[in-house]
Amino acid sequence: MSETVNTVDPAEVAKFEAMAAEWWDPTGKFKPLHMLNPTRLDYIRDQIAAEFDRDMNAPAPFAGLRLLDIGCGGGLLSEPMTRLGATVVGVDAAARNIPVAQAHARQSGLEIDYRHTTAEAMAADGEQFDVVLNMEVVEHVADPAAYLRACHDLLRPGGLMVCSTLNRNPKSYAVAIIGAEHVMRWLPKGTHEWSKFITPDELYALLEGAGLDPVDRKGMVFNPLLWSWRLSDRDLSVNYVTTSLKPEG
Amino acid sequence: MLSTPAEMDNPTTQAIVQAMDMQDLVIVGGGLNGPALALAAAQAGLRVTIVDRLPAAARADAGFDGRSYALALSSKRLLGAIGIWKDVAAQAQPISKVIASDGRPGEGASPLLLDLDAAEVEEGPFGYMLEDRFLRPALLTALAADDRITQLAEADVIGQSVESGHARVHLANGDSITASLIVGADGRRSGTAERAGIGRMGWEYGQTALVCAVNHARPHEGIAHQFFMPAGPLAILPLPGNRASIVWSERTAKAEELAKGDDAAFLSALRPAFGDFLGEISLAGARWSYPLNLTMAKSTVADRVALIGDAAQGVHPIAGQGLNQGLRDVGTLAQVLADARRRGEDIGSPLVLERYRAWRSFDRAALALATDTFNRLFSNDNPLLRLGRDLGMAAVTAAPGLRRRFMREAAGLTGDVPRLLQGQPA
Repeated sequence: MSETVNTVDPAEVAKFEAMAAEWWDPTGKFKPLHMLNPTRLDYIRDQIAAEFDRDMNAPAPFAGLRLLDIGCGGGLLSEPMTRLGATVVGVDAAARNIPVAQAHARQSGLEIDYRHTTAEAMAADGEQFDVVLNMEVVEHVADPAAYLRACHDLLRPGGLMVCSTLNRNPKSYAVAIIGAEHVMRWLPKGTHEWSKFITPDELYALLEGAGLDPVDRKGMVFNPLLWSWRLSDRDLSVNYVTTSLKPEG
Repeated sequence: MLSTPAEMDNPTTQAIVQAMDMQDLVIVGGGLNGPALALAAAQAGLRVTIVDRLPAAARADAGFDGRSYALALSSKRLLGAIGIWKDVAAQAQPISKVIASDGRPGEGASPLLLDLDAAEVEEGPFGYMLEDRFLRPALLTALAADDRITQLAEADVIGQSVESGHARVHLANGDSITASLIVGADGRRSGTAERAGIGRMGWEYGQTALVCAVNHARPHEGIAHQFFMPAGPLAILPLPGNRASIVWSERTAKAEELAKGDDAAFLSALRPAFGDFLGEISLAGARWSYPLNLTMAKSTVADRVALIGDAAQGVHPIAGQGLNQGLRDVGTLAQVLADARRRGEDIGSPLVLERYRAWRSFDRAALALATDTFNRLFSNDNPLLRLGRDLGMAAVTAAPGLRRRFMREAAGLTGDVPRLLQGQPA
């Protein structure tokens, strides 16, 4: 574990640093993420509750679970997971996100351990978690295979990882690059590189290559008429989310 | 790089301690909608405090409010889901049929009727009549029995403030309550809305509703009648036994005169409008009067504030939709908050409140417009309008599809219906 491979692409980090202060403005630059967030949270919540047999009507249903939020940004996932009772570590490769996230957690009266570090460095330190959230990160890293191996190492045996990303096909190019960045201007131009997008089959192969068992995949579909997101069993053509488990022992 | 003890000193520890006794919801107003929301929210696992300036016993007194409610089927289902319906079912009168007709004193009802029969919708009766004197105590009893809910009576709210991550309600006795969200269920002159800087719009109708219950000689067979008189509508709504609830809207000057007069004078004025189809009538209990106005909050939400019931929209009681609208607010807000809690979201955040605002906005606007238009159209003796509305009602009566649609709308069964209003937990 002495060798740390840094898979963070510095150009990607710089782009997000410029956007960090906007994280918590629901009508600001991160509006699309705020719109997507309930759908992501529903999926994450259901997967964790099912795997760890938690009753969501209990006061702190995720109590006792240690959870890592990779690419925590302003804390859009770390805060809800903390409210549900998990012990959360949020990490981000962009240094500027950390004080933003810390300030917001303080305002919300939440205790969250935010760190400016990377998944690879955490794995090298031997940190382990029951749950790893790996949301909209893998399409931004330089070496997805090495990155997912680090994620594997960060899980306890029997642990669960939720990983979402963008599919690579003509539709995702039209929707995520032309639609979201150029037409709607939801995201700054250059936020995504389409060539880094990963098909669900490719992601499954990468997850298996990293030693994980992929067990579930769902599409996250935007409805422009209702202006809302939903989960889909069949439509994984643009945004999609997966769950995988680290085998016991 | 774990947090050191130094990083976890006072400010953070204080925040955690505060979070321990912090409420999710503080509801201002212990009438009908406030307690209904308190029960629904507590059942969904939210920590709730409800405050009212009056003692609970005064609110539960049978003489507190003389009205009866025409509960839509969706409202009945919500009351079932929060565990209230079983306590009031025996006192509720199913409405089997609604007959609306155009009347003029001395001429009787127009031959063209709007005739809605519950047998035409598969859900059964499309509403129930229930007197306030049964509903209000049932809600307050359930509230007192629920140990998940903190109830503060005789508590005057004198201020509210929003601080980072939470809101605070200040009481006259110097206490304050901290919560993620303040819900204003404090009626048409909502102090919660005013303190949040939410303006209101509305107007007086120049009408006053005279409300009472009458005994009548012949059975009503569950039929609700609405006579549209030039000065305002007269509703004759069936109550258990040979009794009916009367809501008689008159021009305010005339209504005040009738309200001041004795029972005999009131009855002799009522009889010609009422007609003799239920036989001889007599008063069953006290008489009340309510000036009619429409008052809508310009928004249902503000920073860490949400409004429900009359605080959000106090409508003309012409279609009996006031409480039904309030319970739609309750069902919608309870579901939005329950969903947010199950995701770990901040239930008082603008994102969560926006879902409530957006879900209710169309309904609110449509209702205010419809009841107002309905009233202006029908409280009129213009012969052309009279012919037009007669034909309109006849058209609704003649077209079965239109009629069913109208009934389902009145029963609260259309649109994106919150789970509680379908009789399921939030």
